[in-house]
Parts: sequence; C-alpha cells; structure tokens
Amino acid sequence: MITKRIIACLDVHDGRVVKGVQFVDIIDAGDPANQAARHARDGADEIVLLDITATHEGRATLLDTVRRTARELFVPFCVGGGIRSAGDAAQVFEAGADKVSVNSAALANPQLIDDIGRSFGAQAVVVAIDARRDPQAADPVRYAQVYVQGGRRPVGRTVVEWAREAESRGAGEILLTSMDSDGMRTGFDCELTAAVSQAVGIPVIASGGAGTVAHFVDVFSRGKADAALAASIFHFGVSSARSLKQELAAAGVSVRLPC
Amino acid sequence: MRVTVIDYKAGNLTSVLKALRHLGAEAQVTDRDLAMVEAAERIVLPGVGHFAATSRLDATSLTPAIRAAIARGVPFLGICVGMQWLYAGSSEAPNQPGLAHFSESCARFSESSEKVPHVGWNSLEVRPGSRLLAGVEPGEFVYFTHSFKAPVTADTAAITHYIEPFASAVERDNVMGVQFHPEKSGATGLKILSNFLACNARGRS
Repeated sequence: MITKRIIACLDVHDGRVVKGVQFVDIIDAGDPANQAARHARDGADEIVLLDITATHEGRATLLDTVRRTARELFVPFCVGGGIRSAGDAAQVFEAGADKVSVNSAALANPQLIDDIGRSFGAQAVVVAIDARRDPQAADPVRYAQVYVQGGRRPVGRTVVEWAREAESRGAGEILLTSMDSDGMRTGFDCELTAAVSQAVGIPVIASGGAGTVAHFVDVFSRGKADAALAASIFHFGVSSARSLKQELAAAGVSVRLPC
Repeated sequence: MRVTVIDYKAGNLTSVLKALRHLGAEAQVTDRDLAMVEAAERIVLPGVGHFAATSRLDATSLTPAIRAAIARGVPFLGICVGMQWLYAGSSEAPNQPGLAHFSESCARFSESSEKVPHVGWNSLEVRPGSRLLAGVEPGEFVYFTHSFKAPVTADTAAITHYIEPFASAVERDNVMGVQFHPEKSGATGLKILSNFLACNARGRS
C-alpha cells in the first residue's frame, strides 16, 4: 500500500540550516549535509532543501551545499530556491538533486515548468505555492491567494487555479505552504490543503504549521495530503520522523515502517 | 566490477552513479560508445522521463549492442523507464518500440480516484527465486515515481499494488528491471543494487 510521506525540510541560508517563524527570527540549526543525513537515518521519507537566500545571492554556495548533502543520501532529495531557468535546474540536478522546486520564477514564467519537465521528467518538477486565505472573499479557502517574496506580495491569482495550471504544464507534485500557519505550530491549513488536493490529480505536499502528531493525522485525513513537510518539529530534538511515524501508524495512518 | 551506465538523455544519472559507486562499483557512463557496452561486466539503464526518449538508443545503435550483451549473459538492470524499455513498448509513446525482451507492453494506470503519478514509498510482494530481490523481507518499502507500468506475468519478480497490481520488478536469468528507484530507496534499495552487482553472469537457460 502506498504510504503517506513525512518530508524533512531544511531551510538553508548562506549554507546553514535555519528556521524562521513566519520568515523572521531566523535561528541557526546546523550544517545541511549533517542534518539531512540525520533525518534520513531517523526515518524521513524524503529531504527538501530550500535555499531561502538564493533569490538574492550567488549560486555557488548552494551548489556546494547540494553536492555535499547529496553525497551519502539515498532517499529522494528535492532542492528549491532561486531556480529561474532550465539551466539553473540542470546545475542542481548535476549536483545531486532528484527534484527541483520552483516558485516565483514559475509564476513569472510558467513555461519554466514545461522546460524542466521536458528535460528531466515531470517527476522532477515540484511547484511550490505560498498561499494565504483571502479573508475578504466570500469563500476564503476557495479564493486563497498565491503570494511571493516570503508571503509579502500577492500575485493576484488563486491557489487552486495556479495549481491546476502547474499540473497541466507537467508539474509532478505541488508543495503547498500556508503562509498563515507557517512556523506557528498550530496545525496545517487542512481546508486549503484539501481544496488543492481535490482540484489536481498530482500529489500535494502540505507545509506550514506542524506542531504535534495530531496535526499530521489531521492533514492526511481531513486535508487529503499525500505527504507532509516538517521543519521545526524535527529540529532541536523535538521529535524524529521515526517516532512521528510510529505515532501516525498507531493512529491508523499508513507510513513507511520500519524505516 | 565495471558497470556501464547508459545515458539516453532522459533525466538525471547522478543518483544512480552515486549509489553504484557507494557500493564499490566502477561505474562509467556512455551515450554512444558501443565498445563500453561490449566491455561491460554489468549494464544499467536508468531513466526518469518519457518513454519516447528511448528512441535515442536506436539512433545510437546502442539497442543492438545491448541486445548482444544480454545474449552473452551480461547482467542487465533497467530502472523505471529503463525497465519499461525491456518490454515491447508503452502506450506513452506507441510508435517507439522497446527491446521486446519481454513480449508484453506497458500502459498507463487505469482511471480511478487515486492520483497519477504514483509517487512515494510502497511495498513489494517478492516472488520466490528472485536473485535481484534476495533478502528483501515482506514489509520493506521502495520509492516509486511513475505513471506507466508493466503487467504482472510469469517473469514478474515482485508485485506492487496501486490502483491495480503491477510488476514492480521483472527478472528472467540475467535480465532484470525495477519500476522503483533503488538508488533512492534507502537501505532496501542499496541491498537490491548490491544483489545485482553480486549476481553471476548467466545466459538464457
């Protein structure tokens, strides 16, 4: 039976793992290669590395980080941040990534999704969407808006419509981050996740808000997520993917165990 | 152990090479050098992407070279699209023939409420006698990402269930294929690659 994936996310800034609470208050949490290896050992089903500085700074540090991180990693490895062209993606794949995630660059140039998919396969393209509910709308979830620049600027498109376009252009997965919940540890936005998951035929990875095991149970059942991303819950020894998955299994969620 | 990894420009080879080298193999890549196929002790055909990309194997004459190597008994492993290529073809690219080592064809998952592609960790029901999957216990998981799949037949080495049962591994003598990605399947995947590197060359019986 297909299992629900627990994906460890490393937000990386200048070659170091950091974790922000709503993208401010950044705290140093270690070396990306060490952290990724530890998460894989501790049962994570996949590793995502998001370079939160790449948009503004050089790529050499990131490529070196990807190379070091990929070296001894034998689970799927996705890299995002600052990938603006199929050429950028090719460098990241060459450095050892299995998938790339694209966000603002794909919004500016949706053809980027087609281009990367054509060269590396649809399974290699994850479209990351930063979303906020629209409190002004009659249905805040259905009309949730796509944001860029770390959740500061709305682009004027609904999340559901953009997710559908990404799928039609050949995206392999959607990584949906609720900017309302991110870093809050109050739970995923299950209504928003379910709305997107039901609107597309490709897997949806839920992100933003994980704080307890119950939050994961909720996003897999009510949120209809295929995978869930966690960052801060694994840092600072709060929990490991293995113990999280053991608790999920006890709650009736199908997960990869033993791992 | 000299392993020739075939590059037909269908995605990224880095992970496969890394895993083979981690296991001590001397992995070399070629996209056209027939001599490297002739000298190979093992051949790996990876592949993520579209079945149509396998047309490059015909254009570069790698197809007959691989066929000859297989006939000599050289162990061959196809991964993902590389496994599908062992069959007669795939509905993903109906005009592109496969190697037809196995006579059936690959097809897309049937319409259902489940998502396609099938992405994630799923389990294997290993049939007895597989050399490739020796030591893989019930309940071990491997990583999949695909929309097309091979049918269950007498040559199927493992069955996986998603929407419908499909062949997650195929094996007949020295010719093996896996629909999943052993290079991305943790310790279980490394064990499978290690079995492939260790198996004796054996011709068709």
